[in-house]
Amino acid sequence: MRRLLLYIIIITTGFIFIGRLFYLQIVDESFTGLSEDNAIKVVYDYPQRGYIFDRNGELLVSNQPSYDVMAIPRNVKTFDTAEFCSILKITPEELTKRLDKAKVYSPRLPSIIVPQLTKSEYAYLQEKLRKYPGFYIQKRSLRDYQTKNGSNVLGYIAEVNNKIIEDNPYYISGDLIGKQGVEGQYEELLRGIKGVKYIQKDRFNRDIGPFKEGIFDTLPKKGKDVTISIDAILQAYGEKLMENKRGGIVAIEPATGEILSLITAPSYDPALLMGRQRSANFTKLYYDTIARPLYDRGLLAEYPPGSPFKTINALIALQEDVVDTKDRFYCNHGYVYGRGRKLGCHAHASPLDMIPGIAQSCNAYFANVYRRIIEKYPTPQEGVDTWAKHLNSFGLGQFLGYDLPAGRSGKIPNANYYNKIYEYPTYKWYSTATISNAIGQGEVLMTPIQLANMTATIANKGWFYTPHILKSIQGEPIRDPDYTKKNYTTIDSKHFIPVIEGMHQVYKAGTASALQVAGIEIAGKTGTAENFTKINGKRTQLTDHSIFIAFAPVDNPKIAIAVFVENGYWGGRYAGRIASLMIEKYLKNSISRTDMETWILTHSLEDEYKKPLSGEPFTINK
Amino acid sequence: MAKGSISFDWVTILIYLLLVSFGWMNIYSASLGDAPSSLFDFNQIYGKQAMWILLGFFMIVIILSIEAKFYMKFSSVFYIISLLSILGLFAFGKTINGATSWYVFGGVSIQPAEFAKVGTALALANYLGDIQTNIKLFSNQLKAFFIIALPALIILPQPDAGSAMVYAAFLFPLYREGLSGIYLFLGFAAVAIFVLTLVFGPVYVAIAAVVISLLSMLQKRRKRPGYLVLLGIVIGSIALSYSVEYIFENVFEQRHRDRFNIVLGKEVDAKGIGYNTNQSEIAIGSGGWIGKGWTEGTQTKGQFVPEQHTDYIFSTVGEEWGFAGTSLVIILFMGLLFRLLHLAERQKSTFNRVYGYSLVGIIFIHFLVNIGMVTGIFPTVGIPLPFFSYGGSGLWGFTILLFIFIKLDAERIAF
Repeated sequence: MRRLLLYIIIITTGFIFIGRLFYLQIVDESFTGLSEDNAIKVVYDYPQRGYIFDRNGELLVSNQPSYDVMAIPRNVKTFDTAEFCSILKITPEELTKRLDKAKVYSPRLPSIIVPQLTKSEYAYLQEKLRKYPGFYIQKRSLRDYQTKNGSNVLGYIAEVNNKIIEDNPYYISGDLIGKQGVEGQYEELLRGIKGVKYIQKDRFNRDIGPFKEGIFDTLPKKGKDVTISIDAILQAYGEKLMENKRGGIVAIEPATGEILSLITAPSYDPALLMGRQRSANFTKLYYDTIARPLYDRGLLAEYPPGSPFKTINALIALQEDVVDTKDRFYCNHGYVYGRGRKLGCHAHASPLDMIPGIAQSCNAYFANVYRRIIEKYPTPQEGVDTWAKHLNSFGLGQFLGYDLPAGRSGKIPNANYYNKIYEYPTYKWYSTATISNAIGQGEVLMTPIQLANMTATIANKGWFYTPHILKSIQGEPIRDPDYTKKNYTTIDSKHFIPVIEGMHQVYKAGTASALQVAGIEIAGKTGTAENFTKINGKRTQLTDHSIFIAFAPVDNPKIAIAVFVENGYWGGRYAGRIASLMIEKYLKNSISRTDMETWILTHSLEDEYKKPLSGEPFTINK
Repeated sequence: MAKGSISFDWVTILIYLLLVSFGWMNIYSASLGDAPSSLFDFNQIYGKQAMWILLGFFMIVIILSIEAKFYMKFSSVFYIISLLSILGLFAFGKTINGATSWYVFGGVSIQPAEFAKVGTALALANYLGDIQTNIKLFSNQLKAFFIIALPALIILPQPDAGSAMVYAAFLFPLYREGLSGIYLFLGFAAVAIFVLTLVFGPVYVAIAAVVISLLSMLQKRRKRPGYLVLLGIVIGSIALSYSVEYIFENVFEQRHRDRFNIVLGKEVDAKGIGYNTNQSEIAIGSGGWIGKGWTEGTQTKGQFVPEQHTDYIFSTVGEEWGFAGTSLVIILFMGLLFRLLHLAERQKSTFNRVYGYSLVGIIFIHFLVNIGMVTGIFPTVGIPLPFFSYGGSGLWGFTILLFIFIKLDAERIAF
């Protein structure tokens, strides 16, 4: 026993120690991460965000430095709050609130306390910063807008929220991320990749050098500069013309599918959503639920297309071989399709064949054409589905697939849809039940970009490139097959010739003959769409939407455009004028019809928009 | 083995070299500055330690070349020099980290307590090795205790409780030579009661003492202790328990209480008094299976563990070499202690055996208390890890202690 005692004690001790070490080093995971946080500081180096240029190389968006005051709550010691607050121009209560919020996010990770100081605020604070342990300055780059236009196209950048941080490990609190528009769509291209430096700290939280000589550190990768397809001059001009109006304009280059202009009205200065006032401005724009400046009407608004839709019905009829361009139809101020049911029309010569039918936008002509399409098939279901399939090939009734992060599918009704609303087979329905489709009213809905793309497709005689906003990256043209492969419609190329001729006649002698521009041959189509709203639960008709589609020059289309002006009355009144001015601006870069320009600039529709809100009875279409 | 043929125990020497060199590697890492300079840059801690190690080798040569009899003959002289050197601290000592335990000559500081263990071990061995000494006699026990307690009592008020505590190691040779086991038992029981009182309070300890003694009544009459003895044990336990409570609350200073409370898990204050232990556990815990690699420890580089190159050197092993490294060190120490026990047992003379047991006891107590502290099992008591921790005095003290025994072992036939 006397010999063995020490052996036993030593063995016991050894086992206890090895057990304890096994627990500390292998079993207990809590020290592994803690150690890293404790001794290693991670410093991010934010790269310059890529610049955005327009199609002519005009700089639209560049960067400016900004300085965020960051805090790591765990390292914050008591400090002179009064002085700190006076430098940063915030109240002590606000400071306490923000520090508490930062602590809730994480005591060990940095949070923004005051974002986006100006250079002079930063210079003053930097002198004093050593007096505030736990605080430091994070330099970032903010957007510097060289344009006041296209805020809906460009999008904006904002601080990431907690949801983004959870979903995407790249982002940490306080990072900026592109939202909406090009900034949102091409976030990863534009932002580049932030660099990381791991810094070894000592127990006093002092930096004592790079961790492992920096082998884990990465250099920031600068964001890529992008050129977008927008023509800044055209965009600015369109926005100017749309002042005091609501609606959307989309212009596309038919040969490439590049979006030349994407206008929504009302709009706002992109610089509003940047800097320390960003949040206040955003709130103001966001809560303007009447004008809805953040709502991109060019992409999101679904309007009944109205008469421009007739062109496509004519194409389907030719493709289905149910009419000949020489077939004439009578019109007696409209088309009677049932007991006392009539699709009204305006006064014009009668009967008409296809080309003057388009030029005069005769409702009766297209009612006949539409019925022939549907009634070609044994059942109206088959007829409507065939008709819808042709429309789908134009990108209608479905998402177009363009490269912007907002959109709507529009609506092209099919047999299922009508079966449901007419409760088939309990009740039967026939082509006349859907007759409004003949003239682009009724169930058909399209967004301005869909309508513009339809116009470009007609200009191309049957094919289109998916509209897109990105033209080149760092000077390299895009190669994404989504935007560089032609989409063919189900309509043969030859059928487009009479329809285009019809649209040309619209401009030469028809409903848009007042819009002629010397030296430019335009093919267009006016549209006037009835629309309704609910006032106190009662369906009330408002002044018609003014719609116009056009492309020019007819023999070599450079621009296809669709214009919607909400409650602008007939097509030629607002939309037609705006479209023809924009075409002239784009093709000639000058305006010959200054009286027309002045008319548009001086006419406001604000009174029209106030009517349904006034609470008083009002008249429409005046 | 014939007289005069010298055979040193190479196993012990090998383990010694392994511990010293592995220790130096960790000191190098723990004290590495921003710009690594020459290994023998004497302005750097690792450079100084390298020098102590090399000078230690010369000392080893000297120790091994002196005849073994010399150490026995002059044991009293060593003992007296030891006592004088620690007494002298009261007059000439310099205070470092709150303890007046150092002489400073020029730039070199020496901690005589590290050498006093050698003198005490020699003196105790000499006394017990005397043919006239019988440890079973109370008067002889008293003399032996006196030899041990004298240096401990001088060191204690410097204040250096850790170094004084090491003298408890001399109970092991006394027990081996025939000291009644009751001393060890009472010592162990006292420690147990002390800890249990702090954890559960004196009332429960008193109840436990009564219950255990009542249970012992169930044993056969012949085996069970007498009623008076039992009563004495119960009363003694309860009295000790209550006095521990009293001492803890009234005599101890707050810092002492804190140290115990942390280990007993009563208080977790990672920023204040618990900082050392907490940082040390973090560093060791972050090592995982194989550690972060030599000189790659982030905690070590950041110097998060205070005194890491001295008392907390083991945390560097934990962080940079992982479980593989720490268990290797534990096994090396166990191997060294077993080897030394084996050597001690094969000695023919009582002097050699007592010296060997003293050596084992001292290394063991250091090993136990130091690693217990660094891994958070024991309260914070600042004593170094033998052969490992930075410090010339400590390294030389242990080297002298060990190599005198190697020399004694090599010439064991001569006695």
